[in-house]
Amino acid sequence: MAADGTMDKDTYLGLYHTMVRIRTFEETAHKEFLKGEMPGFLHLYSGEEAIAAGVMSVLEPDDYVSTHHRGHGHLIAKGADTKRMFAELFGKAAGFCKGKGGSMHIADMSLGVLGANGIVGAAVHIGTGAAFACKYQKNGKIALAFLGDASTNRGTFHEALNLASIWDLPIVYVVENNHYGVANPQSEHMKIRDIADRAAGYGFPGVVVDGNDVAAVREAAQEAVARARGGGGPTLLECKTWRHWGHFIGDAATYRDPAEHEAWLKRDPLIISSALLLARGWATQADLDRIQAEANAEMQTALEYGKGSPYPPLEELLTDVYVD
Amino acid sequence: MGTKVMNYAEAVADALKIEMRRDPNVYIAGEDVGRFGGSFGVTGYGVFSEFGPERVLDTPISETAIVGTAVGAAAAGLRPAVEILFMDFLPIAMDELCNQAAKVHYLFGGQMKCPMVLRTALGAGMGTAAHHSQSLEAMLCHTPGLITIAPATPYDVKGLLISAIRDDNPVVFLEHKMLYAAKGEVPEGEYTIPIGVADIKREGFDVTLVCWSGMVRQCLAAAEILEKEGVSVEVLDLRTLIPLDKKAILDSVGKTHSLVIVHEACLTGGFGGEIAAIVASEGFDLLDAPIIRVGGPDTPVPFSPVLEAEFIVKADRIVAAVREIAA
Repeated sequence: MAADGTMDKDTYLGLYHTMVRIRTFEETAHKEFLKGEMPGFLHLYSGEEAIAAGVMSVLEPDDYVSTHHRGHGHLIAKGADTKRMFAELFGKAAGFCKGKGGSMHIADMSLGVLGANGIVGAAVHIGTGAAFACKYQKNGKIALAFLGDASTNRGTFHEALNLASIWDLPIVYVVENNHYGVANPQSEHMKIRDIADRAAGYGFPGVVVDGNDVAAVREAAQEAVARARGGGGPTLLECKTWRHWGHFIGDAATYRDPAEHEAWLKRDPLIISSALLLARGWATQADLDRIQAEANAEMQTALEYGKGSPYPPLEELLTDVYVD
Repeated sequence: MGTKVMNYAEAVADALKIEMRRDPNVYIAGEDVGRFGGSFGVTGYGVFSEFGPERVLDTPISETAIVGTAVGAAAAGLRPAVEILFMDFLPIAMDELCNQAAKVHYLFGGQMKCPMVLRTALGAGMGTAAHHSQSLEAMLCHTPGLITIAPATPYDVKGLLISAIRDDNPVVFLEHKMLYAAKGEVPEGEYTIPIGVADIKREGFDVTLVCWSGMVRQCLAAAEILEKEGVSVEVLDLRTLIPLDKKAILDSVGKTHSLVIVHEACLTGGFGGEIAAIVASEGFDLLDAPIIRVGGPDTPVPFSPVLEAEFIVKADRIVAAVREIAA
């Protein structure tokens, strides 16, 4: 729980609700994928929900978010329609990207979500560019870039953060450190332990937070967002977390130590939050069950919509290459 | 509208100023474009002095960030006119250009636009050798979603840059470094030249020379030589490579029945191959002779002045190619 523990019940319940919806969407997609019903690749956010939920809860609706291939959670936390999300995952015309993007390139520009991306680390410069636009247009908006631990080794991470630092851009870089780049453990892909330390090289704050504690994430995000919006420049917010499944579905993740995995599963953000809600008397088990049942119903409906809606006409292959 | 003799660099600056006055969302970013006035002096023609550091931004040496942030800024409503100083540095940012800028409109199903112009200098002749002399337009022409423009004259460069900035697609705008000092008559006010429309720089009846950028003046020089030998040469300046003005090419070949394609870029895999293939299949019946391509050798650009001069295609090689098929 956040240090001062002042979050109110409704806010905390709202965060819990978002996390349950994300988890349920992901596990619903997971089942479909394992049945062989879903094309392409699936990179599940299960286990990392507290980050998307906590961070998005302190944003304005028109703030920009740029994310990565594990991006379903960010879209759901920003308010995206789960029916259109499933349609996109199945490559259907009613999907956000007319079926042309799929899971890895899912986006909802009406919510300021500048997309998931198939290039690891792309969010770092797309988000930085959006932040530049916010500052240039003096519109009070900010941008967020979500990044994985391994992506921070890319050269463009250095270039983008350096640029954001000298231009004092209104951006928060949220590094979701799940300790692996596919099969490469963090301890082997970088010398340092806290990616937040890299911010010192750019002269702006780097903050480490328990990424599975939604209240802690929200509190840290609040400070970083206020800094950005107030003209104080960037923050690197490193959220320590763990992905429940492999890098993609099909990856058994045998490269992870089973004991470490079990320990992290016990710190599942949903377990932490539900325990807190019950302990504080902010919810009963019946309430929690109801939240889960509602999420189940929402995602079933969304899944059926996605599966049942039509594919794009073949002519759609040739549209949108250029703006006419 | 009055005209003025100005050089190519000043014409570029003119276009930038006109668009930046018209649209507050247009900004320039690149290395040394601000207080230094640009390494080729372009923004030094009053662009930085008029618009200042808030709209003409000096960046660190960060090609991926220059291009990548332009994509994000364009998505959030701005119209970037960024510069990658030498085209040789463009491969540093190929991901940002070819995976992001070129594709965001398609893969997000039309939700995102990338109205960005990326200006860059190509070409050999300045003794700057392998890493500062390349012509890499073929790489761009192979990326759907990009528009690639390569003007050869001050008149064309100003009108096309204005059109490029107004276009909602990502445009790579190729300026030949040896053309910056070339002078020509340019209208003083605002005008546009349509993207994707070629220009007959010299009319002729015996052979079509398709060319662009630095090769246009070499082709015109070749045409002068050939005229004295009784060969009437049509010089077709593509101006835009993608979208290609196929009709202009086929119309010209329909008239001359003979095609020579000329580019400074290395021959193998050069954009001339694409043009040759199109005419060979769609204009086969128009041809009285094989299609000839004149291109640079398949080498990096060497430093030694004699070797660099040997690298660069000039009128003599073009004349020889025409004589080969006129015979």
